[in-house]
Amino acid sequence: MPAYQRLEVTEVGDVTVVRFRNRRITEDIDIQELGSEMFRLVESDKREKILLNFSTVEFLGSAALGKLITLDRKVKAQGGVLKFSNIGPNIYEVFAITKLNRFFDIKEDEADALAAF
Amino acid sequence: MQDVISSVTVFALDPMAIVDMETAKIDPWLWRYDRVIASDSTMARRVLDEMLAQLEAQQWQQRDIFAVHLATEEALANAIQHGNGCDTQKNVRFVCLLGADRIHIEITDEGRGFDPSNLPDPTCDGHLHAPRGRGVMLMRAFMARVAFNARGNSVIMEKERGPRESSRQ
Repeated sequence: MPAYQRLEVTEVGDVTVVRFRNRRITEDIDIQELGSEMFRLVESDKREKILLNFSTVEFLGSAALGKLITLDRKVKAQGGVLKFSNIGPNIYEVFAITKLNRFFDIKEDEADALAAF
Repeated sequence: MQDVISSVTVFALDPMAIVDMETAKIDPWLWRYDRVIASDSTMARRVLDEMLAQLEAQQWQQRDIFAVHLATEEALANAIQHGNGCDTQKNVRFVCLLGADRIHIEITDEGRGFDPSNLPDPTCDGHLHAPRGRGVMLMRAFMARVAFNARGNSVIMEKERGPRESSRQ
């Protein structure tokens, strides 16, 4: 199985903690590859508890939001759980404006998120 | 002597008068940028990065740079994907005027246009996968003014910069 190029994937107990290698998740080929890797976590690697830690992310746009929505759908289809953590204020505002802050399960930091699984 | 005194008097009474006349002769924009690019995300990234470099150089606050970056990214993506249907034979015109305290951006594609008042509400459950609705919503939230032309293939966005951060200790 090829290593992840866009994601840094670690295990904390039975939770898969994912960080993004790109600080800017932008509207170009990056987003397609990123989406593919995220979906692989669920569909190929069968991870059931996934935490996306956004601490390294400085920018993301609506294309990334679309991929996250799809990821959430795929995780739920497998009976899994998806949470987010460490979202900075600028990016949180993007989630809030689009009301996706109510759609996703967003925690302040990784410790809070891990405790909530 | 009388002429000198009268000119000095005018200056003392209304010191801005002379400054206004001088300012009027000076271009209000610190930076003008006008490029036509192919409908390609790499080209879009290039013009976007040029603009962001100017905002950094002018020491805009990071929050405002984020806002302009996001809105411009969305508008360029819409122009390329929805306006021009990702047809690399079609172009996008990117105009940016940067003043001391504000930015003006115009993005125009070669598409048929659309009706921005007819976008689905991306915040309601049935439209979670509404890509353009979400992009325009973000543009409107992060920029002070967003206006489309009648055809719907050109958008103007404007924003005033926030107060400058106090100097570091």
